[in-house]
Amino acid sequence: MTKIILPELGEGITKATIACWHAKVGDSLQEGQEVCEAVTDKASFIIEAPAPGKLRSISVAEGQEGLVGGVLGTIE
Amino acid sequence: MKSKIIIQDWGLINYADGLERQKKCVQNVIEGAQDHLILCEHPPVLTLGRMTNPDSLLYQRKEIEDRGVMVTNVDRGGDVTLHAPGQLVVYPIFNLNKRGRDLKVYMEMLEEVAVDLLKNFGILAISISGKRGVFVGKDKIISIGVGVRKWVTYHGLGINVNTDLSLFNLIKPCGLDVRMTSMQKLKGHPVPMQDVKSKVIELFQK
Repeated sequence: MTKIILPELGEGITKATIACWHAKVGDSLQEGQEVCEAVTDKASFIIEAPAPGKLRSISVAEGQEGLVGGVLGTIE
Repeated sequence: MKSKIIIQDWGLINYADGLERQKKCVQNVIEGAQDHLILCEHPPVLTLGRMTNPDSLLYQRKEIEDRGVMVTNVDRGGDVTLHAPGQLVVYPIFNLNKRGRDLKVYMEMLEEVAVDLLKNFGILAISISGKRGVFVGKDKIISIGVGVRKWVTYHGLGINVNTDLSLFNLIKPCGLDVRMTSMQKLKGHPVPMQDVKSKVIELFQK
């Protein structure tokens, strides 16, 4: 199982809102495929699948905030 | 931020075509091409992000299209934005892997360019903590919307140079109750687009 992590985005940025998921649980993903979009108050950041597999879970739903370094979902 | 930048002026380009070209450009920069600075204008278009609140459109979609404004859904977060001729759209396609991988630093650089640009035309503007864009008083003059993929940036600035501001009455820009202004409105006369383009290029190359 591989975790999809909200990466470091910049100094002082500790969290971001998940604006949208481009995949739903059960979808097959290729490594590097866009899975979701995180937005800070100023910019949007595309997050990609860190590994190939099926999207197994979404821990931070659309509209919810995730913490930098935190898990957004998992791939198996 | 000093580095060689490839400047491209696409002139007036349909939003969808511009987006396609922009995506290709992003891919090229991801694959190692030099940073690009793209300047263009779009025919009147409302772009609806995936978080668009239905209340942000103040008229029915058909009614808006009947007024000659295209309405298009875009695969991004965020609310509704408007582009129209007279608004200089600037797309910096920059590889932040070479510029420190810090969104905050990048956004501050964009805001600084925007404020400096306006200062050169005798307009005192400010950026407001926690709000996207650049303001003159309470009115927004430059919209900023940035996307980042593999640490390469896309989208950018919408600078209201000589934009027909009445078009903003169709929407709540970015879902906010904010009034928009333009360089033309503040100066009391149209501002030559080429002068603004030249200054934008100069500031990004600083």
